[in-house]
Amino acid sequence: MLRTAQLIVAVSLAVALAASEEIPLSERHSSYQDMSAETRAMQDHDAENPGMLWVLDGEALWQTKAGKAAIACAGCHGDAETSMKGVAARYPAYDARRGTAIDLAGRINVCRTDHQQSPELARESRDLLALTALVARQSHGLPIDSDEARLRPFIDAGRAIFTARQGQLDLACAHCHDANRGKKLAGITLSQGHPTGYPLYRLEWQTLGSLQRRLRNCLIGMRAEPYAYGAPEYIALEAYLMWRARGMPLESPAVRP
Amino acid sequence: MSCPFRATSAAGLTALWLAAALPAAGAEEGLRLFAVVGDAIPASLTGAKGDTERGRAIVADRHVGLCLLCHSGPFPEEPLQGTLAPDLRGVGSRWSEGQLRLRVVDAARLNPGTIMPPYYRTDGLNRVAPSVRGKPVLTADEIEDVVAFLVTLRE
Repeated sequence: MLRTAQLIVAVSLAVALAASEEIPLSERHSSYQDMSAETRAMQDHDAENPGMLWVLDGEALWQTKAGKAAIACAGCHGDAETSMKGVAARYPAYDARRGTAIDLAGRINVCRTDHQQSPELARESRDLLALTALVARQSHGLPIDSDEARLRPFIDAGRAIFTARQGQLDLACAHCHDANRGKKLAGITLSQGHPTGYPLYRLEWQTLGSLQRRLRNCLIGMRAEPYAYGAPEYIALEAYLMWRARGMPLESPAVRP
Repeated sequence: MSCPFRATSAAGLTALWLAAALPAAGAEEGLRLFAVVGDAIPASLTGAKGDTERGRAIVADRHVGLCLLCHSGPFPEEPLQGTLAPDLRGVGSRWSEGQLRLRVVDAARLNPGTIMPPYYRTDGLNRVAPSVRGKPVLTADEIEDVVAFLVTLRE
């Protein structure tokens, strides 16, 4: 909580805020629409979508007893198709017990440590991605539902990071994904930055990855120091981006070039 | 030693401009000092003229100059170019050598909202990756090579 409070203060003080104008709701679109017909087809057909391999792994893990408590996810939550329907569309969510925002992968790890009494799964590990993909899949096609009332401070902190210049190249996320969306960066269409498909399979990665991994890629491109996986800065960015994409349908597991 | 910033008065020099030109830009450790006159840096950062061939290679290299990430230009061998920023064709007709030099060194002095990265400034930056902290995007020699090349892009 203290770190979060410090974060909010720190980013509020960030000097060089990029002139940022949020994308009008009616002009928003998923970068699915910018993809080739082939890549769209790969996402649309479960048999061709490589992300479904993680969903299948997630189904197996869901049924597997883990930790000192020797309980499986299914032991408490039953059938994921029923109990997890719409859950991913509401993340990051406000965790009242911890007094902070938590993302879906973080929530899964809370279940691991608190209920299964098992060590946390590492961020970007196969198992954590698989469980996250399974849960996210149960919100496929459902609109993103940001808990704006309780997430407001985190959304604001995320927006402050999004619009602050950083790195050797002195760029803000908003420079590309708000002000220059739709233009070409090295021949590739700049997305509007709506995280509708995570975790998703990226052809460039040849694997499934989280939104935090994607944000890390951009930070490295800006020659900024990436945050540690799970850092409150990433959770704030996720909260802001999901709020920015509110109402748009979830596509996970999406496929991207 | 005299102040390296000969705050030359030029027609149209605004108060904002003076303020931007006077502080210690270039006084960072490792960076050469330079004088801003109007909207230009008239003198070479190194005292020598750059090499146009090397400049072209830097501009075309997506990992060194990075220019073609955002700009397009007369580089038929580079299929993936950017459209975020003005086309480099004719840039040598639009700007003088000194104007080009300042726009590469630190375009934010002319437009604080610019997306153009500062290629020769290390202060006023936030959360720079440790591997490049304290280093400019290009060296003074590389800046001169790039400027020497850009002035040849005439229409």
